Amino acid sequence: MTTIILPPYALGLGCTIDHMDGDLPVIGCDYGPRVAGRPGFWHGGALSGLLEMAAVTAVRSALDIEMRRLKPVNVSVQFMRGGVQKRTYAIGRVIREGRRLVNVSAEAWQDDRAKPLARAEMHVMIAAAKA
Amino acid sequence: MTASASSNFEPGAPFDFATIADAMKTMGHSAWLDMKRHAEGPDWVEIALPWHADIVADPESGVLASGPIISLMDNATGIAVWKKRGYFLPQVTVDLRVDYMRPARPGATVIGRGECYKITRNFAFVRGTAYDESIDDPIAHVVGSFILVGGEVPA
Repeated sequence: MTTIILPPYALGLGCTIDHMDGDLPVIGCDYGPRVAGRPGFWHGGALSGLLEMAAVTAVRSALDIEMRRLKPVNVSVQFMRGGVQKRTYAIGRVIREGRRLVNVSAEAWQDDRAKPLARAEMHVMIAAAKA
Repeated sequence: MTASASSNFEPGAPFDFATIADAMKTMGHSAWLDMKRHAEGPDWVEIALPWHADIVADPESGVLASGPIISLMDNATGIAVWKKRGYFLPQVTVDLRVDYMRPARPGATVIGRGECYKITRNFAFVRGTAYDESIDDPIAHVVGSFILVGGEVPA
């Protein structure tokens, strides 16, 4: 297992690597003021940040590429359920791995993984390694 | 999901960007990101996201993470819907797509401009741009939709 160091933004939000699901990291984040949107619910942006984090760490983990070489190209987030005041989890899955571009999806849930709060489809570019 | 209710304003109240901007300063995620009112028009608003060391993606480069950009654009586009409707009514983000054109300049405040270009009976359609120095040199473009979940604009 490769060591994953989460960026300051993720740590600030309260994200941690909760556990590994096979080779894939599951990111966990407690509910708190820093993720709150309308009263009592997660902010959609915080949820999106959690999904992106799961997507990028999945790429980092599956392909063993340093985090700083991974650049987000675009992301499409679908919101399906309001996130209530609970710890929330997210996992990413690499769908296709190209030489420069990786297609990755991510899902976030609370109590029941079969009832996702939100999902994301993301393209991540692999930047050239610095000599 | 964008804020749709708060103790500071009632659903159905006439919308005022300054009022929600004050709430944003004290409310959860938006307050943590230090989002501020920047400018507004009939169907658009601009929100400022100041650079902070604790919201970067890479401490070495100081480049902002993409998460705060999504939060900025979720707020800007959501508030643009209220601005166009003229009333503060409940709505929920259905989807948001973000294209990242380039990294934000380290240390620079990012401006998020959200525009509501169409409202139907049940949905609001939005687009927006995040930029720092000039809107002609964008950091990101977004497009998204909100579902309107109750309450009508008074006749």
